[in-house]
Amino acid sequence: MTPLISVDHFSKSYEEVRAVRDLTFEVNRGELFGLIGPDGAGKTTTMRTLVTLLRPDTGSVTVDGMDVRTRMKDIRAITGYMPQRFSLYPDLSVEQNIRFFADLFAVPREELPARMDRLYRFSRLEAFSRRLAGRLSGGMKQKLALSCTLIHDPVLLVLDEPTTGVDPVSRNEFWEILHELRAQGVTIVVSTPYMDEAMKCDRIVIMHDGASLAQGSPRDLVASMTVPMYALDDRDLVMNFSRIETVPGVRSVQSFGDSLHITSDGDILPERLQSAIGGALGRDVHLRPISPSLEDVFIALIEEGGVHVL
Amino acid sequence: MSSEHLRFTGDPALPASEFAVSATDLTKRFGTFTAVDAISFTVRKGEIFGFLGANGAGKTTAIRMFCGLLPPTSGTANVAGYNIRTQSRYIKQTIGYMSQKFSLYEDLTVAQNIEFYGGIYGLTREHIARKTEQLLEELQLQDRRNKLTASLPLGWKQRLALSVSLLHDPSIIFLDEPTGGVDPISRRNFWRIIYEIAGSGKTVFVTTHYMDEAEYCNRLSIMYRGRIIEIGHPGELKERYGLDSMQDIFIHLVGGDIRPENTP
Amino acid sequence: MRRRLFAIIRKEFIHIFRDWRTLMIIILMPILMIVLYGYAITLDMRNIVFGVIDDARTTESRALIEAFSENGFFRPLHREIRRDDMEELFMRRDVHMVLVIPKTLSTDLITRRTATVQLIVDAGDSNVGTFVNNYAAQVLNIHNRRVNDTSPLLFTITPRIFYNPDMNSTHFFVPGLVALILMLISALLTSIAITREKETGTMEQILVSPVHAREIVLGKVLPYVFLGLINASLILISAWILFAVPVRGSLLLLGVLSLVYVFVALSFGLLISTVARTQLIAMFGTLMATILPTIMLSGFIFPIASMPDILQYFAQILPATYFLLIIRAIMLKGVGLAELWPEALILTGMGVLLLFAATRRFRMRLE
Repeated sequence: MTPLISVDHFSKSYEEVRAVRDLTFEVNRGELFGLIGPDGAGKTTTMRTLVTLLRPDTGSVTVDGMDVRTRMKDIRAITGYMPQRFSLYPDLSVEQNIRFFADLFAVPREELPARMDRLYRFSRLEAFSRRLAGRLSGGMKQKLALSCTLIHDPVLLVLDEPTTGVDPVSRNEFWEILHELRAQGVTIVVSTPYMDEAMKCDRIVIMHDGASLAQGSPRDLVASMTVPMYALDDRDLVMNFSRIETVPGVRSVQSFGDSLHITSDGDILPERLQSAIGGALGRDVHLRPISPSLEDVFIALIEEGGVHVL
Repeated sequence: MSSEHLRFTGDPALPASEFAVSATDLTKRFGTFTAVDAISFTVRKGEIFGFLGANGAGKTTAIRMFCGLLPPTSGTANVAGYNIRTQSRYIKQTIGYMSQKFSLYEDLTVAQNIEFYGGIYGLTREHIARKTEQLLEELQLQDRRNKLTASLPLGWKQRLALSVSLLHDPSIIFLDEPTGGVDPISRRNFWRIIYEIAGSGKTVFVTTHYMDEAEYCNRLSIMYRGRIIEIGHPGELKERYGLDSMQDIFIHLVGGDIRPENTP
Repeated sequence: MRRRLFAIIRKEFIHIFRDWRTLMIIILMPILMIVLYGYAITLDMRNIVFGVIDDARTTESRALIEAFSENGFFRPLHREIRRDDMEELFMRRDVHMVLVIPKTLSTDLITRRTATVQLIVDAGDSNVGTFVNNYAAQVLNIHNRRVNDTSPLLFTITPRIFYNPDMNSTHFFVPGLVALILMLISALLTSIAITREKETGTMEQILVSPVHAREIVLGKVLPYVFLGLINASLILISAWILFAVPVRGSLLLLGVLSLVYVFVALSFGLLISTVARTQLIAMFGTLMATILPTIMLSGFIFPIASMPDILQYFAQILPATYFLLIIRAIMLKGVGLAELWPEALILTGMGVLLLFAATRRFRMRLE
């Protein structure tokens, strides 16, 4: 089956800023696909182009075989899009918001009650149907926004940082809903700056400075990082680890709460590293091997790529 | 959860001056709503203390009381040795505050921002001039001193904001969600500086609901519906609950409960 | 098409009625404006205080002073003034005019059948100076005819003033004010209608639906036509109550044509809204584009016929120019549609054109 989304050498600039540079990726049907990267990486520009709000400068972007430049209406009809900012009417109630979007998308009236029922069931918003959207908590607002984008049964769901600023519990719940939707066959493109959320996607593209650093399943990406990492649990050392940084075989050191994460340069055996660090500190230390996180992968990719970051 | 309030205090053997922050049954009510419900805890000097909670858990209200902006309804707290009820005006001189979102004026230049903040903390003209040069050099921003702050990359803005909040040499610095949305390398650089600051004896008090920020703290408290429901070192907490991330611990502690928003 | 349009209209009405504070401002502000401006802007002068230096002190001189005092325009300063005080009195604005009667008044009248009196007028404000001068000349004219009826003038002009026989300038200005306020309020209402949604981000959310530009534009205009109608009625009623401005023509015609005018103003505001990025820019743009041209160029104060050619052409494209003709004609002259249809047609055309432009200008993308 052909991919639902195909982005081919896509670039986009605003005045002087090159927001996206030569980006290429594909999203298969039924996939939960993540655009991962910090603010300014080009995630929003990419998503707005997918939903035909922006036109590519160069390269091509197609959704279900339709070009975003020419098939605006058709693409919008099958797509649900949730902008990064809460974009519903705060002075309309939950139900008024949903009905408004049902009218905009011309959802058949006889189907509306069943669809609203279904949306209320997963969002658990029914008890608040008369509450003004502006009075909802952050997590509930996001669920309402999601409900409004789902009212016309879109084939493709594009969600721009849906969980930014939302508390961890609501974030977790939101991702459970996304997995349910994927199980029902909806293709989802979601952007996030959080590495833990990236791990919940089927496939991701890691973006930085408008370009793609790496693509693939998050597990494969983590597995591809071959540089060994160790934790050194020592509460007193986290404040002052300069003596460790200069030990031969240590590539980088990072404090994490009450332990240090030490990346070795890969050529040195763990025992040798442990005794070298112990020697530098003048006492015995215990290095605990740990698996790198996606964030470590990200940092390694940027450092390898020679991308200048402050 | 038991109705008994959990009480967390520091090592009683330590003299009071060892604590940068100590709260005792600190409570704030707005009408019938209890925003902060009898919280008691201590933060040691030089510690990086994480104050975690969802939006609306009572973090902001608690911080405002510590900064002397809101009087408590009952209970009390000491910040940098000053009582928040009676000595709030001394507190403002001894604390720094930085939030990623609001700290700097985007339409002022880098140098103007430093001068402005030096001015409102009452530093002398010479002191400000000296500090400005020193900061610009530390941050390698000499070339950009007359550039608008808006033109700086996010990582730089954030380091500038941090430096500015340290201009008056506070002994405690409050950071409000300092690195949300920042790229991982900038974040690690930022936290490297935070560890240096803490290493120099200043206390760092971080409020956040981002778990990746929480992972960097020496000690954490989790606030929920106005109460502190858990406190400890990250390693201890992970061991205690048999979970390997703060995210999982947070969800474990809070997620099973009926949340306030689910009762109309 | 119809369903999406109704959805937008319904939503706008919810916005309008949910925010009752803004609604009250929208309704009360025009009334406040008409009260303030209605009383402030008037060209009629009353109670012009004048001083007298009467060197003659004769029956004739007293008769002349009496002639000035007995009408409503002038009021004598009830004390003697000396020549030396005069300047100070003018400086303190105690008097606007001083009448100097020479010692020889009575003898001149007898020997030469004519006499000269001096009028010293404060023309610091040249308008006021001219008015005072004209009024005084009128008074002297009337007085001349009265004392000279033994030898009447060969010709006398007896003007008969139509439509506004008292030459009451309020009756002239209030219709203009109605035109100004309706234009300003209506254009403001819609100018923020789209920019507000751009700022809050809701526009981005609506755009990705299959909605058409014309549905958004029309859905934004129609609810405000209703508000505009309420505004127009309230303004006309307050003008009628407060300033006793008559409506000699058809009230229905006035209502219908006001609605057409409101529609033009709303469409204009909407056009601004599609171009401006923020609410603030939209509001300033609207203020600039409505107030100044309407006051200066529509014939509100200055007659269009006496403007330079280029400004006359410009006046031709102002909606207020046509509405002013219409409202003055209906209110003061009682003219009907038979005479006013060209203006009515031009206004309707303007509204349709502006709405069409707003639709074309409306961007379905974010760039």
